[in-house]
Amino acid sequence: MTTADLLGKILQVVMGLAVFAAIIGLLIFLMNRAPKKGRDYWQLSLFLAPVVFLLAIGLVWPAIRTTGLAFLNNAGEFTWDNFVWMFTQPAAIRTLVNTVVWVLLVPTLSTALGLAYAVFIDKARGERYYKALVFMPMAISFVGAGIIWRFVYEYNSAGQEQIGLLNAFVVLFGGQPVQWMQTDPINTVLLIVVMIWIQTGFSMVVLSAAIKGIPAEQIEAAQLDGTNPWQRFMNVTVPGIRGALVVVLTTISIATLKVFDIVRTMTGGNFNTSVVANEMYVQAFRASEIGRGSALAVILFVLVLPIVIYNVNVLRQQREIR
Amino acid sequence: MSSVAPVDLPAEKGQDTYQEALSGTARVKRGLTSRGATIAALVIAVLWTIPTFGLLISSFRPAELIQETGWWTIFQNPGFTLDNYREVLFSPSQSSPQLGAYFVNSLAIAIPATIFPIVFASMAAYAFAWIKFRFLNWLFIFIFALQIVPIQMALVPLLQTFSTWLRPGQEWLHEIIPIIPVQNYLPLWIAHTIFALPLLIFLLHNFISEIPGEVIEAARVDGASHSQIFLRIVLPLATPALASVAIFQFLWVWNDLLVALIFSGGTQDVAPLTQRLAEMVGSRGQDWQLLTAGAFVSLVVPLIVFFSLQRYFVRGLLAGSTKG
Repeated sequence: MTTADLLGKILQVVMGLAVFAAIIGLLIFLMNRAPKKGRDYWQLSLFLAPVVFLLAIGLVWPAIRTTGLAFLNNAGEFTWDNFVWMFTQPAAIRTLVNTVVWVLLVPTLSTALGLAYAVFIDKARGERYYKALVFMPMAISFVGAGIIWRFVYEYNSAGQEQIGLLNAFVVLFGGQPVQWMQTDPINTVLLIVVMIWIQTGFSMVVLSAAIKGIPAEQIEAAQLDGTNPWQRFMNVTVPGIRGALVVVLTTISIATLKVFDIVRTMTGGNFNTSVVANEMYVQAFRASEIGRGSALAVILFVLVLPIVIYNVNVLRQQREIR
Repeated sequence: MSSVAPVDLPAEKGQDTYQEALSGTARVKRGLTSRGATIAALVIAVLWTIPTFGLLISSFRPAELIQETGWWTIFQNPGFTLDNYREVLFSPSQSSPQLGAYFVNSLAIAIPATIFPIVFASMAAYAFAWIKFRFLNWLFIFIFALQIVPIQMALVPLLQTFSTWLRPGQEWLHEIIPIIPVQNYLPLWIAHTIFALPLLIFLLHNFISEIPGEVIEAARVDGASHSQIFLRIVLPLATPALASVAIFQFLWVWNDLLVALIFSGGTQDVAPLTQRLAEMVGSRGQDWQLLTAGAFVSLVVPLIVFFSLQRYFVRGLLAGSTKG
């Protein structure tokens, strides 16, 4: 990078910010100049204009167009082939199966682990530090996490000293080192471990806050009734944090359905590890199979749809209460 | 207007009740926290930390030692060097990762891509919370639902839109100011802004709608316009919320790979650290002296943000999840 490059980059950022400030200034100027008649309406429109415009060109229209593209072949004619391909080709089916395995394992395991950890450290000495350690993976990129774990799974041929922690353990207990990332189906499980490693911190923090929200009297009362800790956990704590549990499960499910970076960084989707989001990228942007890529995106949307509907219903109930 | 200043901030209020709950339960005898639980917690904490720790140690070891011995044998095979970092960051040779340039790109992408959507989203959140119109409720729910349209749905058409409408503008800019390359940050800023809006609007709406109605009403009675209320009352009161949300958005953009892969073009001019690292894993997957140091170059900013601003980070996260 030369000094000129650096200057160009700084100039871009400064100009970008300046243009943005000018746009905001213009909007506010127009608001203040809005005609007296229907003034509220004008101001409202100007407040919403940027967002509505951006979402329309950047999400709504593209989503409609992608749905259309999913039914076109490369010559631009209507076809079901993209979906037929998805549900008949072994490689494509494997992608779907992998995605299902991800969605079954990641939300349940990371929620269970996060909950257990939150309960274990609740009111323990140094709770803050315990939390920070498990929560830290949330802050780093999936790419960074991918490299961290590739190093753990690294393989050296038998006889050499292992530099990957996992193989070092295998050898320590008398086993043969394994090429983890190339071995189907254990490689998918090991990728899932990475996602669980990241998401456990999220579930732990949310559930820990929910646990602290349970009234102390409820737990005291249960204690006076002579319950053991496990009974208190199942009958007081878990019902008390039901809402938070649902939120954690749905949020992690959505994140898992869209998982891309981990697979991309660690195996590139090879060795039968691909998932829908990765395959979508490969088909649309590497193989120039726009139709297939779009069909996969549509499937992704269909998979998250039930969760959306559920969340929207919760939101509408909340807004009616207010 | 000064009389409205010392109003309780909604976010701060949440913090207080949290503290109260904490001291309240602290009186209860420690229930589940037995010895077994402590040991289990310790085991999990150690398991969760070791992978990152191993990478950090390795990034300071000489290349031969990394390749031949496990990092846990650091005491039997001591060695410390900064060469790995020097190599990945500053080495001008063509075959080096040259992460310095990509580091600048990551910053140049993330800072505007944090500011733009937050300003737009807070404007929209204000309108949704405090300007009453019948159809607005439906628009709000619609935008909330957009949150879960996968980014994947938007990539192909948005890329086509950019190459038709944005590209000529970029070329024109390059002709006027040659120092700015044709392929610049603009597509990434716009894409990140769009993809962030639904969630940000929802989060900020939660905070902004909790500002006491009397404050807004009083200002209305005094003859303040919506733009004045927004700039002078709502934005200052929502600052803690804006900070939490900004941290989130910044980290999201900094850590993103997918959007970068599609809209950056992959050159040193634009591509962020994550993209360069993913590329290195593909092309130099065994050069652990480069990968370990490179990974930490990309992790250092999120880790600093995380450890220094953890309180805001957690608060933003809780607002986003427990209310949704």
